Amino acid sequence: MSCKDTRSLLDGYLDHELDLVRSVEIERHLKECGECSIRYENLQSLRAGVSRDSLYYFAPAGLQQRVLLALSKEMRTESRLPVLVWRWFGAAAALIIVFVVMWSVIRFMRKPSAEELLAQEAVSSHVRSLMVDHLTDVLSSDQHTVKPWFIGKLDFAPRVDDLSSQGFSLIGGRLDYLDNRQVAALIYQRRQHFINLFVWPEAGNSNFPQKVLTRQGYNVVHWTTGGMNYCAVSEISESELQEFVRVLQSR
Amino acid sequence: MNAAYNLARWLTGNETDAEDVVQEACLRAFRFLDGFRGGDCRAWLLTIVRNTCYTWLQQNRSSQLTAISDERAEQFEAADSNPEKLFLQQLDDRLIRKAIADLPIEFREAVILREFEGLSYKEIADVADVPIGTVMSRLARARRRLQQILSSGKSKEVRA
Repeated sequence: MSCKDTRSLLDGYLDHELDLVRSVEIERHLKECGECSIRYENLQSLRAGVSRDSLYYFAPAGLQQRVLLALSKEMRTESRLPVLVWRWFGAAAALIIVFVVMWSVIRFMRKPSAEELLAQEAVSSHVRSLMVDHLTDVLSSDQHTVKPWFIGKLDFAPRVDDLSSQGFSLIGGRLDYLDNRQVAALIYQRRQHFINLFVWPEAGNSNFPQKVLTRQGYNVVHWTTGGMNYCAVSEISESELQEFVRVLQSR
Repeated sequence: MNAAYNLARWLTGNETDAEDVVQEACLRAFRFLDGFRGGDCRAWLLTIVRNTCYTWLQQNRSSQLTAISDERAEQFEAADSNPEKLFLQQLDDRLIRKAIADLPIEFREAVILREFEGLSYKEIADVADVPIGTVMSRLARARRRLQQILSSGKSKEVRA
């Protein structure tokens, strides 16, 4: 390392602020170069001369007391603010609690909508039909057998379609009770799964687009068309059930 | 407390002002306790003391705050060839004190923080809010300057 480089780094060396490699280089240079080592010694003696204790200004005895006094005064004036802040906190917390309580009460008291009730009922019916070995009253894959079977048992004639060419084969029909009235239940099969399609007349003459709900893992699709309610329930995936609905609607 | 007072005393140049500055700085520190982002509490307090000093100087002695021009800084650089041995041990406190007090304030604070408080370059850089490189060159220049003043002061003393 040259004298010039050394000179520029000497202060850093004195203050132990250089990395190891440079420190070692300077150390080596100082051993060889008299001029630079005098410079270094001068820096050392300057440090010794400057950092004497006798040059240090120690805080006068009263200063700490004085500062503490000023601080405590400051704290007293400051402490008024936190009280206000705490009050606001309290008010905010109370509001939040009221909101939470109200929300849960409303949630608890809120009656499920007619649609949700119907879906719940349809799912129960579907589960029961699979449980008690009462899936069908009339067991036939022939729509011309199933449809006449309902005549005389219901005050309406449900439309019966065989969809086996689209992968949903008609298995049979059954009488059921839903939405406070007797309904026709048509049973379709998709692989190992059954679809209950409940059909009953719509009181008003409104058509509403399909609503999809999921209850207890069952998918429920409900729609109204041509003065009839249709409600399909099954454990097959929502997209498959939608496909079933599409096929049915396209008839 | 001593460190705060020492820095304030060196920067303001007199006792009453130093005490006022320390008190003000402590109050500020208390108010801005939120601003303390961990690390060395002493360096943080010294930063506040330093800034309080500067505010105080700006209000009362704005002439002392004129930033050192490069030209003036250059003067301290010159005459560095042919070093002679320096003997400061026997030097009077008064002479050294005056030499430090005569340094421009940026140099003075670097010397005080380094030699009295033992702060690292990084810490000084944080306190003075300048890059580490600037700290290094300020310290180096301050030391050249002190060496010059003290060696000439000594020769004057010897002659007298």
